[in-house]
Amino acid sequence: MAMTYSEKVMDHFAHPRNVGKIENADGVGEVGNMVCGDIMKVYLKVENGIIEDAKFNTFGCGSAIATSSMATEMIKGKPVDEALKLTNKAVVEALDGLPPVKLHCSVLAEEAVKAALKDYYEKQGLPVPEECLAESSHDHGEQGEEA
Amino acid sequence: MFVYADNAATTKVSRKALEAMMPALEDLYGNPSSLHQAGRAAEAALWNARERIAACLSAEPREIYFTSGGTEADNWAITEAARLGALKGKKHLITSAFEHHAVLHTMQKLEKQGYEVTYLKVHEDGLIRPEEVAAAIREDTALVSIMYANNEIGTIQPIRAIGEICRERGVLFHTDAVQAVGHLPVNVREDLVDMLSFSGHKFHGPKGIGGLYVRKGIPIRNFMEGGAQEFRKRGGTENMPGILGMAAALEEACSHMAEDSARVARMRDRLIEAIGKLPKTRLNGHPSQRVPGNVSFCFEGIEGESLLLRLDLQGICASSGSACTSGSLEPSHVLLAIGVPKEIAHGSLRLSLDASNREEEVDYIIEKLPGIVETLRDMSPVWEEMKA
Repeated sequence: MAMTYSEKVMDHFAHPRNVGKIENADGVGEVGNMVCGDIMKVYLKVENGIIEDAKFNTFGCGSAIATSSMATEMIKGKPVDEALKLTNKAVVEALDGLPPVKLHCSVLAEEAVKAALKDYYEKQGLPVPEECLAESSHDHGEQGEEA
Repeated sequence: MFVYADNAATTKVSRKALEAMMPALEDLYGNPSSLHQAGRAAEAALWNARERIAACLSAEPREIYFTSGGTEADNWAITEAARLGALKGKKHLITSAFEHHAVLHTMQKLEKQGYEVTYLKVHEDGLIRPEEVAAAIREDTALVSIMYANNEIGTIQPIRAIGEICRERGVLFHTDAVQAVGHLPVNVREDLVDMLSFSGHKFHGPKGIGGLYVRKGIPIRNFMEGGAQEFRKRGGTENMPGILGMAAALEEACSHMAEDSARVARMRDRLIEAIGKLPKTRLNGHPSQRVPGNVSFCFEGIEGESLLLRLDLQGICASSGSACTSGSLEPSHVLLAIGVPKEIAHGSLRLSLDASNREEEVDYIIEKLPGIVETLRDMSPVWEEMKA
């Protein structure tokens, strides 16, 4: 059966924000794998505890690209401790929903952001907050929280 | 520009098919089983359609049974062949790993009922080897079911050679010819098939109608209980608009098949040539032993659903065997069966053309596709390493 994406998802898919890399990023996180068909890589530029810039590269379906775009938008300009609170549910809500089979993409986006934050804390020699330490749920069995 | 390049999924009902259907939706509403004049008129039209469809397949009218489509025909043929085999103590079935799910899932159901199924491997070129069919046949083999042409990669199987082997060894041979009928010169006598499934909407007929050819003398039984329609084998008042539309569509397709296939194959080859020039791109299936309209590629470093959505934004309708488009977690079983690695199978694209497509549409695809592939690859975290 054909799936229908919201206008917001299609907008972020057709015109993704923050595509690219950041050279000398303060934090880089990559999650997913080729065999499952989606990989997200998030780059962060942090100054004085504020995420000055966030970029991503994604290999994946339409919703993988849209959630990467939305997740990076949502953390840009935010203090890192606020970015830590990003949830897949918030990303889904910001996109006006995702089809149920695509919820794992939002989980992956949350995990990519947290992996980049973890890398940031480690690079800074700071203790890694427990929000970043969750095991990757990328097994497609985890469908994330229903938004 | 709007380009419909997904004719292997379904086709637009042709003008001739539509015109043939209209009487059945208006004045020709009688039930073909009724004795009165309205019924007799419908019965005459039904028989006429059966004759014309049979003629296109070189079958006899009494060998054609109308069904709701290809899926029902596949289910029926395989289930009945298995039952007939079991009567003689034969409970072994042979098929291939890349059949349509209508065949594969029926086989799996029979496995649970105690049948043994051999899934022949498909070679990298997307073809089954007849000698491997011969080698798999045992004393207790009841049926060989091999598709005529694959729906995803378009490869045409050596049906006649397999038919000869089966006939010689006394094994029933069924072929799912849903992608072939109306596009290839299917001839049930020369191809030596015992049962053959086809579907109206794959050749510009309406949806919800198809058929099963069963060679006379094969004592199949009805698949579901009901009235005496379809020579007592398939109950239910006939889908008259569907049958009349399908007959007109098939006749039309068969009347200029040679010219159409030559023209469609030229368009296909232009696409294959142009797309094949893109880096890290592979053609799926044999380059020439494929249906005239099938173009199937895998693009490394990108995912098929993204590709489809971007093509769709440009007005191009295509399909993919990626997991994300199927609603399942696995990429296409067809691509995996021909040995495409999973990570590459996610990036598959199928363009399926037919006589309804024009050269300008091919130009348009060739103009738009490379840019889309490049954009998605630039976005991909794996591409930089891959292209190096």
